[in-house]
Amino acid sequence: MTTSSVKKQRRPSRSGGIRESAVSRTVAMSVMVVATLYFLTPLWWLFVAATKNRPDFTTTAPLWFADFSLFDNIAALLDYRGGVFVRWLGNSALYAGVGAALATLFAAMAGYAIAKYAFRGRETLFNVVLGGVLVPATALALPLFLIFSQAGATNTIWAVLLPSLVSPFGVYLSRIYAAASVPDEIIEAARIDGAGEVRTFFTVATRLMAPALVTIFLFQFVAIWNNFFLPLIMLRDENLFPVTLGLYVWNTQVSQIPDIRALVVIGSLLSVIPLIVTFLALQRFWQSGLANGGLK
Amino acid sequence: MAITRIARAGAIAAISALALSACATGGTDAPGASGDCAPSDGPVTLTFTSWLPGVEEAVAIWNDENPDIQVEVQTGPNGNGGTYQNFFNQLAAGNAPDLGQIEFDAMPNFRVQDGLENIAACEGILAAEDQFVGWTWSQVTFGEENAVYAIPQDTGPMAMFYRADLFEAAGIPVPTTWEEYEAAAVQIRELGGYINNFSQSDINAFAGLVWQADGQWFSTDADGWTVDLTGAETTQVAEYWQGLIDNDLVAVYPPWTDEWNAAYNSSELWTWVSAVWGANTIASGAPDTAGNWAVAPMPQWEAGASAAGNWGGSTTAVLKGSDHPYEAAQFALWLNTDADALTAMNRTANIYPATIAGGNLPVFGEGLEFYGGQNIYEVFAEAGKNVNPDFTWGPTMTQVYNDVADGFAGAVSGNGTLLEALTAGQSSTIAALKAASIPVKE
Repeated sequence: MTTSSVKKQRRPSRSGGIRESAVSRTVAMSVMVVATLYFLTPLWWLFVAATKNRPDFTTTAPLWFADFSLFDNIAALLDYRGGVFVRWLGNSALYAGVGAALATLFAAMAGYAIAKYAFRGRETLFNVVLGGVLVPATALALPLFLIFSQAGATNTIWAVLLPSLVSPFGVYLSRIYAAASVPDEIIEAARIDGAGEVRTFFTVATRLMAPALVTIFLFQFVAIWNNFFLPLIMLRDENLFPVTLGLYVWNTQVSQIPDIRALVVIGSLLSVIPLIVTFLALQRFWQSGLANGGLK
Repeated sequence: MAITRIARAGAIAAISALALSACATGGTDAPGASGDCAPSDGPVTLTFTSWLPGVEEAVAIWNDENPDIQVEVQTGPNGNGGTYQNFFNQLAAGNAPDLGQIEFDAMPNFRVQDGLENIAACEGILAAEDQFVGWTWSQVTFGEENAVYAIPQDTGPMAMFYRADLFEAAGIPVPTTWEEYEAAAVQIRELGGYINNFSQSDINAFAGLVWQADGQWFSTDADGWTVDLTGAETTQVAEYWQGLIDNDLVAVYPPWTDEWNAAYNSSELWTWVSAVWGANTIASGAPDTAGNWAVAPMPQWEAGASAAGNWGGSTTAVLKGSDHPYEAAQFALWLNTDADALTAMNRTANIYPATIAGGNLPVFGEGLEFYGGQNIYEVFAEAGKNVNPDFTWGPTMTQVYNDVADGFAGAVSGNGTLLEALTAGQSSTIAALKAASIPVKE
């Protein structure tokens, strides 16, 4: 920090709040607008492309509408191969929903335990978990495949669900958050009132940790929903595919059946909707969570 | 021919030796052993991994007719998209499917890693050779005696799709040699179009052009593999296309993209030298041009010649460790020779059969509206007969494709040349073979 930046911050402002000059505000706004356009254009393209019929798809301008046939396209998608796409969406919801919920629970329990109980090897345990954050999921996929093969569990729901229950980052976040937001006094008070450790955790601690838990859930949900490599290695049965793998498989069949490309586009559009809905629905929780973290 | 036979005999020894040295799990595989392919007792369920859309339809016909040999279809992305890696993982874990779809260019990789069952001893397999287009059989036997490692499924004989209407209106004769092709390219460029698009990422298409020119990228003998990505024929092909790129006579859109389709649809591109399955690609990607296309044999390096290349094609292989090689072999043979099965696979996945009789199926007997009523399959059937049967793929083709594609992408944007990309691919391929403990001659 140089003195000039300190001076800037100290400059008094008439309205009392944080004020920026018109120039810098304009610059900031235009950067934001450009960035927004940059990030929204692919989504816009996806939406526009999904509304076109097959000939219009390659013959009309990519960023503007032609004949609106979104619903015909959706019908074609849901009809293709006996509606397997709906099944893929359901599988993704199962893997991501159940996986993220259980992963959050386990992470919360582990993080809370590390934060609030003194036991031998606590720091070692935490460091091992932290090390887990550094190992990319893709690097684990192949060893997991060999282990699951030994157990005869490849090509089952469990092959994707079980590895999804582990979230080292979740444990890390839970520990930090529990240490900061669950006062020892409250736990003491709960004990004095006669609550067992388990009950204290579920009725007191989880509520105080709620913003962190929502964040963990969201992170894990998105990670599982987008996880592609693990299902690619584990699954052979089309009926078990999550939507990412299913669309990828279709996309590699485009040279055989060019028409599938349209289905991939529509499927991609539908597959991002659950993510957007989850984000919006949980937004106020994790927003308040992040803000809290900033204040502490 | 005699020389090729000797080379092939060497290849037998080399590949067999490699298979044993490269893999610790040699198993009971004795090349040439016969009589060890007996039917199983009782009903059998086979697993079959394929990425052909709708292959279940053909399999359902088999399952109806063979209650004791049921086939279960598993699926995944196309071979280089992940299924080959999955096969190798499964082979390592000992739970590979009984049958798998494997493209011709990946076969040596599976052979070298000892991933294939020799089904030559199974009933009717050796005798089936006559049913298949000549070059496909040598791809599944590697020239070994008493060895068959897969049943050919489909092929991709190459020809030239061209805009009959544009050529006629411009008064440009349809090129029959590469020299005429270049001359036509100049004229077309003056009219604002491009004769073709050079595909920077489809290295197997480029290999098809080299194949047509009688080039050989790989060969094997008792001492190991010879890699030759920069031989005289390859150099000729590379320099020819480099010239077209340098003089702005071909477009360089990334293939399989919307802009690429749009270029065909807007009549900017006049020809596409491609495989039989490309017929659907154009029809789907350039609907506005319906009725204006036609198909002619590939341009030739020598006037009057009739050589053709091949791009794509796959096999149904029995993977190592299958408990029921006899039944698996019977199914593989049926799937790729039965008229109903071939018709079903053509309907669902536009498969062009590898059998000689397959080209005469009713589905290939009609003129196509998109191609001005021409029966384009006659051209491809003829091309299939003119494919050099001795072309050999290497055991690391995925890596070769990736490495060369990097250089090709640079070449089309003016960084380096196609030949430089192939030269770099040559050394990285040799390095990859060495890294995989596969003997290589330099």
